[in-house]
Formats: sequence, structure tokens, C-alpha cells
Amino acid sequence: MSESILQIRDLTVTFATPLGPLVAVRGVDLDVGAGELVAVVGESGSGKSVSFLAAMGLLPSTATVQGSVMLDGVQLVGASAKQMRSVRGRLLSMIFQDPLSALNPVHRIGAQISEMLRAHQKMSERAARARAVELLEVVGIPQPGDRAMQYPHEFSGGMRQRVVIAMAIANSPKVLIADEPTTALDVTVQAQILEVIQKVQKQFGTAVVLITHDLGVVARVCDRVNVMYAGRFVERAAVSDLFDAPTHPYTRGLLASLPQAGKERLVPIVGFPPNMLRPPSGCAFRARCADAISDCEHAVPELRAVGAAQSACIRAAELMQPR
Amino acid sequence: MLRFIVRRLAWSIPTLFFVTFLVYIALRIGTDPVESYKRINPRVTPAKIQQYIEVNGLDPNYVRGYFQWLVNFVTLDWPRSIKGSREVWPQLKDALANTLRLGAAASTVGISVGLLLGIFAALRPGGRRDVTVNTAAFVGISIPPYVSAILLQLLFAVYWSRWFGSTLFPTSGVYPPGHTGFNLVLMLKHMVLPTSVVAIQIIAVYARYMRSSLLDVLSSEYMRTARSKGISERRVLFKHGLRNALIPVVTIAALDVGAIVGGLIITENIFSYPGMGKYFLSAFGEGDFPLLMPWMVLIVASVLVFNLLADVSYAWLDPRIRLD
Repeated sequence: MSESILQIRDLTVTFATPLGPLVAVRGVDLDVGAGELVAVVGESGSGKSVSFLAAMGLLPSTATVQGSVMLDGVQLVGASAKQMRSVRGRLLSMIFQDPLSALNPVHRIGAQISEMLRAHQKMSERAARARAVELLEVVGIPQPGDRAMQYPHEFSGGMRQRVVIAMAIANSPKVLIADEPTTALDVTVQAQILEVIQKVQKQFGTAVVLITHDLGVVARVCDRVNVMYAGRFVERAAVSDLFDAPTHPYTRGLLASLPQAGKERLVPIVGFPPNMLRPPSGCAFRARCADAISDCEHAVPELRAVGAAQSACIRAAELMQPR
Repeated sequence: MLRFIVRRLAWSIPTLFFVTFLVYIALRIGTDPVESYKRINPRVTPAKIQQYIEVNGLDPNYVRGYFQWLVNFVTLDWPRSIKGSREVWPQLKDALANTLRLGAAASTVGISVGLLLGIFAALRPGGRRDVTVNTAAFVGISIPPYVSAILLQLLFAVYWSRWFGSTLFPTSGVYPPGHTGFNLVLMLKHMVLPTSVVAIQIIAVYARYMRSSLLDVLSSEYMRTARSKGISERRVLFKHGLRNALIPVVTIAALDVGAIVGGLIITENIFSYPGMGKYFLSAFGEGDFPLLMPWMVLIVASVLVFNLLADVSYAWLDPRIRLD
């Protein structure tokens, strides 16, 4: 952890809405080591995508970003548009959720990849095209030379996601943010895409932040997991610890709602995520938590060490005891 | 692509026959060409009437009549107009040239200014310039051409001559009365007001098309992907945004320009501009069958051609569209 390539400190993102300010991300800290594969897990609206769009500087102008995002020693929060342009696609790239709409329908695949190359490297159009074909081969696209001349609509969803990955890794970025890269894909294709991402991580030494709501995906590929709820991290743990001994009631709820062989019924988490315009006092999860006590209302619980993990539940240690 | 064009052109021939047949019937029912002929030429002999019926294909049997007309039309044996017994083609050719000149000028100015305003508005949605463009476009669409034409005539002719002693732009015709020969400056001066009237409408419509089309594109995911590459905002907008935003607009533009060939009936009449619209109104008023049919054929043909053009431009801009 000493040489973390991406260091997020107290990141807060506020959106100006007609109903008042909406604080989508509330003081997030995260360290990603070089070449590490880290997961950020949470349900829709928990702020996981917004945190990293903020790091990329891709949020709409209604958003205000505070705190600190250091990438390889460069401060990204408050950086000029020009600085951000030189970082995006070179040091930090992003894979988006829906490969069907992430590629421009009117440009050839090869051209879209070589545009990425030429944005940050001095190379001729021809060299960039040739490199684009190599990248397509890296991500496992058969006949890359012919495919580079085709348009996105001539590719299947999984193949398009491979193209998006090829584009994202074109300049060998230090950190790759994969925002729900498998959510829009078939289960069989999901596994292939995860393999491609892992291959990239190993081959290029790229650190990967995998944003997902699917703990099954996390179990398969990640080293460390960060669970997000209502704009905050509520638990951090190594993958094995998280599955064996979750420390936060929300994580337990997520695991209980996961389908498993031999399990009769899925147990959903009752209730709804809190309204982020008027968040509850204290622990944001308490309204849905079976173990909530009156103390949970008082203060927002901080992440504290519970064994090898960190948990933002004030009863974490107590609830972990076998009953 | 080439095969598609050839096949579409081949298909347009039977379409042209069918539509002109419908038009033929409509004109015969709507205008009664023989009666119109007698009305215009009150002392005509029965033999002349019979000749008129034959050269125009006005047999009581509509199908037989249509084919007589068709044979004469295709062999370029066009009957003369019933009023003044003049050749049709020179009149039609002049009207077409005048309308194309006016339409081309108004479309070029209107579409290019409209697109620029639409882009300008879409880049700051909800901002002051967006509201300004939107309001102006709304006003532009709401003012009918007969109102804007009269306002422009008042301003540049009536008031201008009151204030400065002479009119700035002439308000009627292509040339001053009695003028012969070609004179570019005079012609352009005469075109300014009618072009403005038509262009105002086109600007308003296309500013709105372009604005909404570009707004659609700007919020799409591939624009975010483009931004995530670290390329300049200008490149994001022009290379990734505009190309996509133009696809629907260009298609509509091809159809709209095709419709202009039919003449700008209101504008041409207000400015006494001798184009296709004015030609049609006066021919229809007289029930002048020999003038009306070729006009109709021309309109049908231009609609067919511009429809084809719309399809081809669509396929050319959008690789997802395959023509075959």
C-alpha cells in the first residue's frame, strides 16, 4: 500500500438540483496500489460511478467536486481542463457500462482507437492504425485487421466491450476504471470480459478499479473490496474476508441476496436507499438495518478496523461474535 | 449503393406514370379543360375544339385520354396554352429557373444560418443565447410569409423611400418593368426581399431541428467516451457530435428542398415573382390544362428525385443504414 498510484482523500461531490444541493459522494477515501485490482461495490445511486467520473473530470457542470484525487502524484481535483485532457486516456482511462452506446456509430473501430493513440502519442496515422490492430488482437478480437475497418454496429455486445477495453488501454494507462463493464452483457460473455480485464492488468501492470453491483464478479477477480452505501464506504476488506465474515449489516444483506446453489430463497434487503437530498442523521443504513439501535442515529459512523477489515458499523465487533 | 440508385430510378418510372395518371384525372374532374378552352376562346369553331381535345388527350374515356396525352407528352409534342396560344416549355423553363434561383438562395442562406444558430443554442442549453435563439425561432415560425413579406415591403420600400428618398430593395418582379437582357445586380436586388421572407422560415425551422438533434447527441454515451479520450473539446464536438447530429437534419433538408421546386406560392404572389408557384396559380385560375400537366409532371419528378437524394444522403452519413 506504500506506493499507491491513485489516492483519493475526502472526495465529496455535490450536484446542484432544482430541489437543492444533492451530495452524492460524502467524503470518500481510497488507495489503489500500482497494478492492483480493486472492487467498488454498491447499489444504483450509491455514488460509486460518480466518484470516478469526478476523478476523470467528466461530471456535468452542475457538479461540484471537493477533496483530493492524486494520480501518480498529480492532483486532479481543480486541475485545468488542459491538464485533465492530458491525463484522460493517458494515465487514467475508463470503460463504460454499455458498450452498445459507448462507441461512436459513424466512425470505424480502428479510427476510434487510433484517435485515442494520436491524442497522446506522436505517431503517424498509419502507425496508429497498425497499433490499433495490435490492440484489438490483445483483447482477443479475431481477424483484427478486417475488424478494424468495420463499424460498431457490426460487432456483438461482448466484442464491442473488447473494443472499448482496447481503446482504454491504448496508451497503457496507470489506472483503468471499469464502470460496470459486464452489466450489459450475457453471463457467458461476462466471464470472457473479466478475463480480458485481468489479462490487461497482468500484462500491462495497469491498476484496475472495478465498479460493480455484482458480488459474483468481485469474488472472481478482485483482491480488495470497498462497499459503498449512500455516498460513503461502509466496509473495506480482502475478498475472502468479506465473503467469510462480513462486518457491516449492509454487506451481509448483499451477500444474503446473492443466489447460491442449494439456497431456497433469496433474502432481499428490505426498504429503499435513502433520499440523498434529505439523508437521515447518523448511519444512512439504519432504517433498513435489523440490528439498528438508538445510538445509530447520533453520528455518522467512521470506518474502523474490525479484525483485518474496516467497517463503518458501530456494532460491528459485537455483531461479529457468534451468537 | 449504385445498384440501389439505379433500381430506385427504374422504379420511379412506373411511379411517375401512376401519379401523373392520378393528376390527370384530378385535373379533368377539377377544372373541366374543354369548358375552360371554350370560355377563354368564345368564338372557337367545333373543329378547333375537336383538335384541342385530341392534342391534349381529353377523350371522354379517362384511360384512353391519358394515353393520348402521354404519347404527345413523351414525344415532346406539347400542345400550346389555351390563353394566348403560347408554347408551354419556354414559360415553364423560365418559371422553374426563377423558382430554383429563389429556392436555392433561400435554402442556402436559411439552412446554413439555421444550423449555425442551432449549434450555437445547443452548446449552452438553458443559457441566455439558447433562450434567445429559441424565442427568435419560435417567432420566425409563427409569422406567416404573407405577414413578414408585407412588413419587409413596408420597411424597405414604403418607409425607406419616405426616410431616404428612394426604396432600398424593389418589391416585385425579377427586373424593373421594361428591362431586357441579363443584369446580375438588378436581379439580386429583386431577389433580396422574397429570399428573406423564405429564409426567415427556413432559419427558424432548421435552428430548432439542429438544436434538438445536437442536444440529443451531446447527451449520448459516445460523447462521454470521446471526452474520456482526452481529445480537445472542439474535436469532440466536430468529429463526434456534429456528424451524428447532421444525419436527421440532412435527410429532412433533402425533402424540404425538393418541395421548393413546387414554388413558393404565397411569397411569389406577393412579390409578383414569376416562379413555379405563380405559374401554377395563374394556370389553374384559367383552367389551362396544357400549362398545368407539364408543371405537375415536373413536381412529381422532383419529389421522386429528392426522396432518393434523402435516402442516399442518409446512407452516406450513417454506416448503419444499408441500401439494398
